[in-house]
Amino acid sequence: MDTAAQLVLLTLAAGTPLVFAALGELVTEKSGVLNLGVEGMMLVGAVVAFIVAANTKSPWLGVVAGIAAGAALSLVFALVTLTLQANQVASGLALSLFGVGLSAFVGLSYVSVVIDPIRPIAIAGLSDLPVLGKLLFAHNPLVYVSLVLFAAIQWFLFHTRAGLVLRAVGESPQSAHAIGYPVVRIRYAAVMFGGACAGLAGAYLSIVYNPSWVEGMTAGRGWIALALVVFATWKPWRVLAGAYLFGGVTLAQFQAQGLGVEIPAQYLSMLPYVATIVVLAIISRDAATIKLNAPASLGRPFHPDG
Amino acid sequence: MRILLEARREPSRLARWLSPIVATLAVLLIGFVLFTAMGKDPWQAMYTFFIDPIDERYKAAELLLKASPIMLCAIGLAVGYRANVWNIGAEGQLIMGAICGGGIALAFQDIETRWVLPLMLLAGMAGGMLWAAIPALLRTRFNANEILVSLMLVYVASLVLSLLVHGAWRDPEGFNFPQSKMFAEHALLPNLVPDTRLNVGFLIALAAVAAGWLFMRKSLPGFQMRVAGLAPAAANYAGISANRTVWMGMLIGGGCAGLAGIGEVAGPVGQLLPVISPGYGFAAIIVAFVGRLHPLGIFFASLLMSLLYLGGEAAQMKLALPSSVTGLFQGTLLLFLLAADVFIHYRLRIVRAPAAAARPA
Repeated sequence: MDTAAQLVLLTLAAGTPLVFAALGELVTEKSGVLNLGVEGMMLVGAVVAFIVAANTKSPWLGVVAGIAAGAALSLVFALVTLTLQANQVASGLALSLFGVGLSAFVGLSYVSVVIDPIRPIAIAGLSDLPVLGKLLFAHNPLVYVSLVLFAAIQWFLFHTRAGLVLRAVGESPQSAHAIGYPVVRIRYAAVMFGGACAGLAGAYLSIVYNPSWVEGMTAGRGWIALALVVFATWKPWRVLAGAYLFGGVTLAQFQAQGLGVEIPAQYLSMLPYVATIVVLAIISRDAATIKLNAPASLGRPFHPDG
Repeated sequence: MRILLEARREPSRLARWLSPIVATLAVLLIGFVLFTAMGKDPWQAMYTFFIDPIDERYKAAELLLKASPIMLCAIGLAVGYRANVWNIGAEGQLIMGAICGGGIALAFQDIETRWVLPLMLLAGMAGGMLWAAIPALLRTRFNANEILVSLMLVYVASLVLSLLVHGAWRDPEGFNFPQSKMFAEHALLPNLVPDTRLNVGFLIALAAVAAGWLFMRKSLPGFQMRVAGLAPAAANYAGISANRTVWMGMLIGGGCAGLAGIGEVAGPVGQLLPVISPGYGFAAIIVAFVGRLHPLGIFFASLLMSLLYLGGEAAQMKLALPSSVTGLFQGTLLLFLLAADVFIHYRLRIVRAPAAAARPA
C-alpha cells in the first residue's frame, strides 16, 4: 500500500510541470491566441529561476524570477502577434527557438552548479500517517500551488464575469470589441498569464523536480503541454487528468529500470512522445468535438480597424 | 500624438524584401551590444563572428558545406509552408534520412559498387519521407495537428539513432564509443573542390533549390499548393484536395530533410553518431521564413545561417565566447523578422490631433 502511495506521489510530481504549462496555455488559448512558444518560455523560466536561486540561495526567489521571466518572454510574443499582427504559428515557433538559444546562452556557466531545492513539506505527525499521510501531506509545496491554480482557473473561467469576457474574446473578438471590451489588452493579459505559468513550470523543473540546469532540460514538455490542451478539449479538469497520465508515462522509465526490466532505456524514453502522438490522434479523430470546443478565433489575428 | 498602424490597401513588396535585411541588421546591432556588454572589443568580436569564418578559400568552402543541409531542409519546408502545412519536424526527418541511408552504407561496407551512393541517397530520401508520412497520415486520417506530431517525432528519431549507435550498429572496434564504423570510401560523397571539405552535396542542395523553384512556379501541383495556402476556401471550391496538399507538403519536406541527413553522414560526418546535426532542421524553419519561402531568398538565408554557425565556432575558439550565442542570434533573427513584417500589411500613421480625429477605432 505504501508503495502505491509512493507511486501517486511520484506521478503527481512528474505531472506538475505539465499542469502549470498546460493550464497557462489553456487560458491563453481561451482568449483566442495560440502561443506555440511554451517550450521556449519554460526553458527561460527554468534557467532564470535556477540562476536566481543559485545566486540568492533562495529557491523561492528563484521561482518568482522564473515566473517573471516566462511572463517577460511572452510579452515579446504578445507584442509581435497582437500589436504587430504577425502570424501566431510562426511567432510561437520563433519564441521557442529563441528560448532554446537564450537559455543555453545565459545558463552556460551554471551547468554544474548545485542549489538548495524546495523540499517537500513534512507536517510533523500528519505526513507520517500510513498511506493517507503520504497521499495528502507529503507533496512538494509547488504541487499544492498547482492544484490551487487549477481550482482558481476553473473558477475564474466559468464562474466569474471576467472569465466570461475572456472566453467571449476568444470566441468572437469582433463582437467583444463592438460591445466595448478592450480585446487586445485582454489578450495581452491572457498571453502573459500563460507565459508566467510556463515560467513557473520551468522553475519547478530546475528547482524542484531535478534541481540543476541542463541545456534543453524541458525535453519537449512544452510541446506535450500544448498537445494536452487539445486532448483536454480546452477543459481545465481534463488538463489535470491528462498531465498526471503523462506524468505516469514519464515515470515508467524509472520504474522499469527499478524493477530490473531488461529493455534499452531509449524505448522507455520514447514513451511520452509516442503516447502524445497516439492520444492526439485518438482525440482529434472526432473533428466535430474539437471544432465545438476550440475557441472559435484561435490563432486568428485581430486588429481593431478590421 | 499617437502612432497608429494603418492597413495598406495592398501588401508592400518592398517591405517584404526589406524586412529580412532589417532583421539581419538588427541582429548585428544586438550582437554588437552583447559583445560590448560581455567585455569584448565589439569590432574585433564582430570581425571574428562574421568575417573571419569566410576570409580564406577553405573557410568559404566550409560556409557552403554547412549551408547545404540547411538549404535542403528549408526549400522542402517552404513548399509545405506555402500551403499552410506546418512541418516543424525536419530535424527528425533529417535524422531518419541519415539512419536509412547510413544503414545502406554500413550494409555495403565491404561490397564496392558505384551503386551504393545513389542507393544511400534514395534510402535517405525515403527515410525522411517515411518519417514525414506519419504526421501526414495522422493529419489527413485523424485530423491530428501536424505541428505537434512532427515535433514529437524529432525526439523519437533521435532516440532511434541513439538506440542504433549504442546497440546494433555500434562499431565493435570503436572502444565502446557509441558510434558506427566509418563509412567506406565508396559510400562517401565525392569531393567537389580540392583541398576543401566541400562535396557534391552542395550541388544536390542547389539542384533542390532550382527544383523547388520550378515546382512552385511552373507546375500545376505547385500552383495548387500556393492557392491552398493563400485561399483555402477558393482551393476547396476549385476542387484542390486538402489532403493531397498535406501529403505533398509533408513528403517534399521530409524527402529534402532526409536527403540533407544522408548528405551529412555521407559527407562531413562520415559515420553515424548519436548527434549528427546541430539543429539544422530547426535552423531551416528560420531560413524558410527569412528567405520569404522563396528559393532565391532561401539560398541567401542559408548562407547567413551557415555563417551564424561558423561565427559561433570561431567566437568560441578565438574569443572564448560561448558558441550557444549562435542559437540566440538565430532566434532573435526570426523574431525581428516577424516584427518587421508588420510593414508588409500596415504602415505607420502619426496622429497629432486628439485620437478622435483618427479613424474611428
